[in-house]
Amino acid sequence: MKPLPLQVETKSPFKVNSLIKTKKFSDYLWGYVMIAPTMFGLAIFYLWPILQTIYFSFTEWGSFGTFQWIGLENYKLMFNDSDLFQSIKNTTIYIIFTVPIGIFISIIIAVLLNQNIKGKSIYRTLYFLPVITMPAAIAMVWKWLYNGDYGLLNYVLSLIGIKGPNWVTNPDIALFSVMVVAIWSGIGYNMVIFLSGLQGIPSTYYEAARIDGAGPIRMFFKITLPLLSPVIFFVSIMSMIGAFQVFDLIFMMISKSSTALENTQSIVYLFYQHAFILNNKGYAAAIAVLLLIVILIITAIQMILQKKWVHYE
Amino acid sequence: MKKNLSILMIVIMGLLVLAGCSDTAGSSKDGKVEISYGFWDKKQVPAIEEAIKKFNEKHPNIKVKTELIPYGQYFQKLETAATGGALPDVLWMNGAHVVQYAEGKVIEPLSEHAKKDNYSLENYPKSLIDLYTVDGKVYGIPKDYDTTGLWYNKKIFDDAGVPYPDENWDWAKLKETAEKLTNKEKGIWGFAAVMGNQGGYYDFIWQNKGYIVSEDGKSVGFDKPEAVEALKYNISFIEEGLSPTQAQMAETAAGDLFSSGKIAMMFDGPWMVPEYKKNKDLDVTVVPKGEQRAVSIHGLSNVISAHSKQKEAAWEFVKFLGSKEVAEIYAKTGTVIPAYNGTQEAWLKSVPTLNLQAFIDGAEYAYPLPSAKNTGAIWQHETDILKKAWSGEESVEEAVKELSKKAEEELK
Repeated sequence: MKPLPLQVETKSPFKVNSLIKTKKFSDYLWGYVMIAPTMFGLAIFYLWPILQTIYFSFTEWGSFGTFQWIGLENYKLMFNDSDLFQSIKNTTIYIIFTVPIGIFISIIIAVLLNQNIKGKSIYRTLYFLPVITMPAAIAMVWKWLYNGDYGLLNYVLSLIGIKGPNWVTNPDIALFSVMVVAIWSGIGYNMVIFLSGLQGIPSTYYEAARIDGAGPIRMFFKITLPLLSPVIFFVSIMSMIGAFQVFDLIFMMISKSSTALENTQSIVYLFYQHAFILNNKGYAAAIAVLLLIVILIITAIQMILQKKWVHYE
Repeated sequence: MKKNLSILMIVIMGLLVLAGCSDTAGSSKDGKVEISYGFWDKKQVPAIEEAIKKFNEKHPNIKVKTELIPYGQYFQKLETAATGGALPDVLWMNGAHVVQYAEGKVIEPLSEHAKKDNYSLENYPKSLIDLYTVDGKVYGIPKDYDTTGLWYNKKIFDDAGVPYPDENWDWAKLKETAEKLTNKEKGIWGFAAVMGNQGGYYDFIWQNKGYIVSEDGKSVGFDKPEAVEALKYNISFIEEGLSPTQAQMAETAAGDLFSSGKIAMMFDGPWMVPEYKKNKDLDVTVVPKGEQRAVSIHGLSNVISAHSKQKEAAWEFVKFLGSKEVAEIYAKTGTVIPAYNGTQEAWLKSVPTLNLQAFIDGAEYAYPLPSAKNTGAIWQHETDILKKAWSGEESVEEAVKELSKKAEEELK
């Protein structure tokens, strides 16, 4: 397909005409017609809002959709916004812990559930259950487990003589309490992707290694991990983007009247706060653009670094 | 041929999608008019349904479609809807948002309609009509109101052998009794110093003769000595261990602690009656005096969308919702105090076990909740900043300084 457009440029109009009539061109046309509804939807519901958000980040909003152009003011404000810096810090801590730990645990569980153990489909279902449960419901249940005075977690701790902390209102540990829930609820989804990756590894490699006398640990590091690396790469990009956009768990679990909110609010939480509570939609749009740029940069870095560690068969 | 057929299919499907988007609201074929009614409180659905039934007996050609939107999303959703000119025809409004909506010209001034129909606005408490008057025009017909009372748990008082609170109480007596009732071993606190404005620190500031927003609406009174003293009085309950801490109340709502017998006394409004009446130990009385006796008063009203295509039908419905007949339906169910003068008696009788008169008395010495263009943002700053004082991270003086600065920026 690649040389085709160049040829079109150099050939005479008569030739171009004949090209349109070729079977290949009509195949392409039908391809475009078939994906047109999706492209249409993407353009209306994603591309257009993205462009609008970028435009709105240069505006200041009044009530009910009135706005005026203020140039770079919103971006200048960012440099003096301590809440924004705090939320970037919170989001960074959240990513640094949830993404690697989440991937690590998911791989371990996927490898274990890839063995021939009894009732493995039951285990797979159990691990996958949090994924099909509404995040709001998960957050509510965990909020009760975490309750400082009447929660189950602190009750169990009190049985062995430990006085548990206020998990979701102590500013020093609230973020970690949220991270535990995030990791727990994300394991199932990653596990399923890893399982499919594991099943794509030909068993011949393991047989050969076994004949050469390799143990299970060695096989894991020398065969499983390298051959799983494209899947790990995919999962790490997706969970990184997901972690950048964390909002629902924090919104549901951390009370607005709790002092832990400053130490837990993520970039998207701050965006929500400005867009829908404080009615600073212009500034909120600027935060969204900042987030977009950061995610683009981080993803680009990952794309470059992958050449060093991802092995394609 | 097959290709043409599939193109045809795509076109037809596209048309169907477009048809689904078309505007079907407004008048329907058989001469009936349909209007929508937006509100947030699920507890009031039975009363609203009964009111609509009665309304249809008089106006069989106006169909009312209800839209229940939970309070947490109510004003966010309305703002989006108002931007697109798609507000419900008739909707609930609160004092905090009326100025914003009136100045944004998305709700209809009702003074003209009322004058034309000789509809009297004298039937409602004046403080409520004032709350919904912006630039001399009335925008909402009051629906109900609420004030604050001192709720208490009779069993905790009996166990400690302390007499129940009455109208002679003042701040010192409240503190003294809270000390007597606090019982660390049983996990009982004497008083809940809730960090909330209505039925919380606003009431205390007014009791100390302070103010929230100045007369000219340009400055706030949080940093004035009266307010600082009132806030400190509130927080002293937490510091002295007489109230659950801010963190504890953020995890378990004070109302839940109170209805399960962990708290002896707290300020709360009549909207908690359906919940608190379930526990037979609970009762309510008037709030104690500070420098003076004072509480917040706030009430909801029904307003009409400025973009409504059925304004006449909407006005008929709003008039009916503001009538004595509907007020009596509300009174009977005991959910809210109806705003229509003279119908409160029936509300008192709805829960005979509770001294609900305390809330009606409250209207006499009540201050309306302040309303400005961006009240929602001021409330957010209050929560964000005062919680630091409540949890002891900052002194009251530091907190009110920051709060006043941010709140006054919103008033500009």
